[in-house]
Amino acid sequence: MSTWIDIAALDDIAPRGARVVKTALGCVAIFRTGDDKVFALDDACPHKKGPLSEGIVHGTSVTCPLHNWVISLETGQAQGADEGAVNTYEIKVENGRILLDGTRLRARSAA
Amino acid sequence: MTQRLVIIGAGMASGRLLEELDTSAFDITLFGAEPRGNYNRILLSPVLAGEQEFDDIITHDAAWYACRKITTRFGETVVKIDRQKKLVVTSQGVTPYDKLVIATGSASFLVPVQGNDLLGVVGFRDLDDVEAMLAAARKPGAKAVVIGGGLLGLEAAAALHKQGMDVTVLHLMDHLMERQLDPAAGYLLQKELEGRGIKIVCKAHTAAILGKDHVEAVLLEAGDLFPADLVVMAAGIRPETRLATEAGIRVERGIWVDDTMRTSADDIYALGECVEHDAVVYGLVAPLFDMARVLARTLHGEAAAFVAPTVSTKLKVTGVDLFSVGDFSDGEGCEEIVFRDPARGIYKRLILRDNKIMGVVMYGDTADSGWFFDKLKSGEDISDIRETLIFGPAFQGGELMDPLALVASMPDSAEICGCNGVCKGTIVQAIRDGATDLQAVKSATKASASCGSCSGLVEQVLAAILGDEFKSPAPAGICACTDHSHQDIRRIIRSQQLKSIPAVMQEMGWKTSCGCHVCRPALNYYLLCEWPLDYADDAQSRFVNERNHANIQKDGTYSVVPRMWGGITTPQELRAIADAAEKFNVPTIHVTGGQRIDLLGVQREDLPAIWADLNGAGLVSGHAYSKGLRTVKTCVGSDHCRFGTQDSTGLGIKLEKILWGSWTPHKVKLAVSGCPRNCAEATCKDLGVICVESGYQVSVAGAAGMELKQTEPLASVETEDEVIELAVAFIQLYRESADYLDRPYKWVAKVGLDWVISRVVDDRESRAALVERFEISQSVYRKDPWAEQARPEYRPRKWAALADLTLEAAE
Repeated sequence: MSTWIDIAALDDIAPRGARVVKTALGCVAIFRTGDDKVFALDDACPHKKGPLSEGIVHGTSVTCPLHNWVISLETGQAQGADEGAVNTYEIKVENGRILLDGTRLRARSAA
Repeated sequence: MTQRLVIIGAGMASGRLLEELDTSAFDITLFGAEPRGNYNRILLSPVLAGEQEFDDIITHDAAWYACRKITTRFGETVVKIDRQKKLVVTSQGVTPYDKLVIATGSASFLVPVQGNDLLGVVGFRDLDDVEAMLAAARKPGAKAVVIGGGLLGLEAAAALHKQGMDVTVLHLMDHLMERQLDPAAGYLLQKELEGRGIKIVCKAHTAAILGKDHVEAVLLEAGDLFPADLVVMAAGIRPETRLATEAGIRVERGIWVDDTMRTSADDIYALGECVEHDAVVYGLVAPLFDMARVLARTLHGEAAAFVAPTVSTKLKVTGVDLFSVGDFSDGEGCEEIVFRDPARGIYKRLILRDNKIMGVVMYGDTADSGWFFDKLKSGEDISDIRETLIFGPAFQGGELMDPLALVASMPDSAEICGCNGVCKGTIVQAIRDGATDLQAVKSATKASASCGSCSGLVEQVLAAILGDEFKSPAPAGICACTDHSHQDIRRIIRSQQLKSIPAVMQEMGWKTSCGCHVCRPALNYYLLCEWPLDYADDAQSRFVNERNHANIQKDGTYSVVPRMWGGITTPQELRAIADAAEKFNVPTIHVTGGQRIDLLGVQREDLPAIWADLNGAGLVSGHAYSKGLRTVKTCVGSDHCRFGTQDSTGLGIKLEKILWGSWTPHKVKLAVSGCPRNCAEATCKDLGVICVESGYQVSVAGAAGMELKQTEPLASVETEDEVIELAVAFIQLYRESADYLDRPYKWVAKVGLDWVISRVVDDRESRAALVERFEISQSVYRKDPWAEQARPEYRPRKWAALADLTLEAAE
């Protein structure tokens, strides 16, 4: 069962930008693409834990600021020749508000 | 004794003649009325449109003539040929010849109406015309009237429109390009150009050009009046035959020549647009090149004969596909096959006689033009394939062919390069002889060396012959999002006045929706450099360090480096740095190579607070994270040092106060040393100053990173003010012309130090303009980004977390 948590307004994030949500087990990066889709991923690149929220967002990908790994926002998978993945979270926009699914976050904290 | 060969005219025809000749067999003197050597006149349209630069279209440079021992007399007009004494006369004196070649080309035909000699009336023949047009286009809202709707007129009109002018084309005939197009294709072309905003008036009889000294308007016989700041005469060309006429050489419409390019006079030959062969005058480049080949052999005493070729036409207007060849006027026994798709703007028409293709007109889709052209030239009987002929090669034999298979199936006699008349067999031979890429084929055969539109085809021939051995060249694009190079992008941003990242991507056909981490920062830089007052910096197109005004470290913390002007600090500043380090638990304090102090390991959320504390003591950002001005390193100079010759510290501080905050293609570091002992290590910087007793030695383009390179001298000057002016002008030129992420030493290697010196040192007007443009940009960017980003309103929006769910998760 999903537990949607209202975290912010869509406009609190710049288009092609990202910001972080603090959780008990680390930061989750919330991305907004150029066409106003939102995605939530762990804020740590599978390569060297670089903060993906500080990367350049293009299409539905983000380039990690440390070593230019490109990560798919849709799947969390590293693109191209690089291998690795980060956790993704359910997220949606309703009436201009960003809603994040809290189920996984709780499951993680319980684990 | 070596024969003295004198050539009058340095155009495309004589340029090709020189290439075809064994130049060691003659003592050659080349006269040209223009003050420059041979260049590719066909490509003046792209130069006018801002898509290419003049340097790109030069075909022969000074070195080329020098190594062939050709004496060049550019800018010197021949006024007379003396046939009795066998010499040519110029204002500088006389030059004797054993053999003489007239290659005077043609001039724009000036419509014989009142006012055709006013200022602002130009032809479209040479670089001077192009420069005059570009100067007129610089005036905002300027209006241009182009007289003549043929090939040249329309290329000029499209290019001037692209340069932002309000353009009207006046055409005498019923439809555009009536010599190459039928009315239907002419109409489609007119609709396309009108859709772009170019006004077109057909059946326009010019009555007069009005104006006092400078052109003001064009008046038609019907009474219409068109205001104009510029009038371009493109109503045709007329062979330049005056010298030949006065020398008593036979002249019809052009200078008469026989099949071997001999004129009616002994030892005098002619070629190019100034000649008439078999009652025909030629204006396209392919036949001129054939003439050059024939004349070269004639001069060497070999047999050769010029045969009138079939020529085709393509319009060089970006985004317009148009092809025409042969005879397409309605005539006895002619039949035609027509294909129309009005919605897609496609029109194809084949004219047949006796089951052979006599003419082809294509508009909107010219992919099959080469196939039809081959059938026309070979005179092949097409009755068997007539039903599907108009659909092109893909429909013959039922199977769709990929482009490679199509090229592989072409006969050796098929023409690949129309300009130079190079057929497939010649290219295949060149490849078998060892050419493995486009450049090698180009130099061996001339294929694709003129207008360049067949480059793709040549590469396909390479791929067909070499198979996997042929590596198609890496696209020149700056990343996978585009095929455009850095310099293309900069040029188009400038010429088309593009002022946003989406506009650049739209106009230049980006392949991705919003670019990538390679192209976006480059575009952001090019736009803010070109339009400092109009363009708003895009934070989302900045690399993290420039967005957060601090350097990200491997663990996601940041380093903070306050500016220390010229490496000078005070007890108060040092105290404030120490206090901040303690307050924010900075784990590492490091002294940098740029004479300042680096606080490493600061948490992201602490950045605005530590900046506010440092600002409080008067410290500002050191931009240690930017592609911009980093540091100006100094020694203590004449203030303290017993060897110091000048106030190197003071000069360093002045330079840093002027340059700080500016964005550049890559980082920029300076140094000022007070004497040649060079304690500030100025000779490995992007710009270094060495003080000496008599003044200052300024040198540039050093490197001390992955590569190590000593600076090269820019200039020696006597005053601090001159040093500052040179430094600012150098950096502004670098800002305006370098590829993004090229350090100055790489940029200087590409453009040449001589060019940099000519713009920055020798040409005082250019230097002053560079300084002025730098100051305009600095009126926006010479400020402390830390002070701005530390303001309270930035904190919730940028530096705080979007939400804190630590409690939520702990439930």
